[in-house]
Amino acid sequence: MTILVNNKETELVQGNTIANLASQLGLPEKGVAIALNNRMIPRAQWAEQTLQTNDSLVIIKAACGG
Amino acid sequence: MKKLIIADKEFDSRLFLGTGKFNSNEIMEQAILASGTEMVTVAMKRIELNDKNDDMLHHIVHPHIQLLPNTSGVRTAEEAVFAAQMAREAFGTNWLKLEIHPDPRYLLPDSTETLKATEELVKLGFVVLPYCQADPTLCKRLEEAGAATVMPLAAPIGTNKGLQTRDFLRIIIEQSNVPVVVDAGIGAPSHAAEAMELGADACLVNTAIAVAGNPVEMAIAFKEAVIAGRRAYEAGLGIQSENFEASASSPLTAFLNE
Repeated sequence: MTILVNNKETELVQGNTIANLASQLGLPEKGVAIALNNRMIPRAQWAEQTLQTNDSLVIIKAACGG
Repeated sequence: MKKLIIADKEFDSRLFLGTGKFNSNEIMEQAILASGTEMVTVAMKRIELNDKNDDMLHHIVHPHIQLLPNTSGVRTAEEAVFAAQMAREAFGTNWLKLEIHPDPRYLLPDSTETLKATEELVKLGFVVLPYCQADPTLCKRLEEAGAATVMPLAAPIGTNKGLQTRDFLRIIIEQSNVPVVVDAGIGAPSHAAEAMELGADACLVNTAIAVAGNPVEMAIAFKEAVIAGRRAYEAGLGIQSENFEASASSPLTAFLNE
């Protein structure tokens, strides 16, 4: 299915959960957070949280800043 | 010197470091370690799907360092609450530098949104350290809302102009029941020392160290300045004269002529 990841069209190749997406993108175990349609989804819920076509996800990580 | 206590956590160092503008993550890490800091800010950005090597986090994660995620980039209280939840999830801490500055030219904090966000974030269990105007009334309101500190600005972010808000900082320090962290605008170790001499509880420094000719040496200079200023404050500074009439520090008996 096609979803939006940080505003970029992305094809989720296998499965339909956030955990599947995290695995596909090779996200690290720490230091990232994911929001689905502007709602933060805790990592503990990634395996159950299913995605639908055109869902919009924001994935953030650490950046330098004061 | 007394320890700094924020939200029941003790800190030996009263110097907080920002992580922006360093030439490399390696120099940033060296500066952080040289400064002796125990509180380091971190911002957030959207991941780039093709870039897996850009990881600054492991350069700042050390057992003695409290991570302080910031909300830079948000423009409203609502966005700040969202950013805070993302930060708590990503970095595993409920400590937060709340900063809401919608105007990119001066980066001055929006007091109304900052107060509103502080109220909401405290209810959500965050330890909130709000970056704010050097406004004594606002700082009291933030304290009443449950802020763990107040972080009034010395001058606009990155200007290195020093304590432009000096007189208001004095009032804030006099009135505050939570630690006062002077944030933004501190451009030289002497500025940091002065803030500490005034009675500030800590200073947050970023640009002045990051853009220095030698950031690691400058980090040490700030470390020493903050210690010197705090030590002087605790020792009790002498009273400054109101005029230029001298007050002898040596005996004035004319011993050569007697």
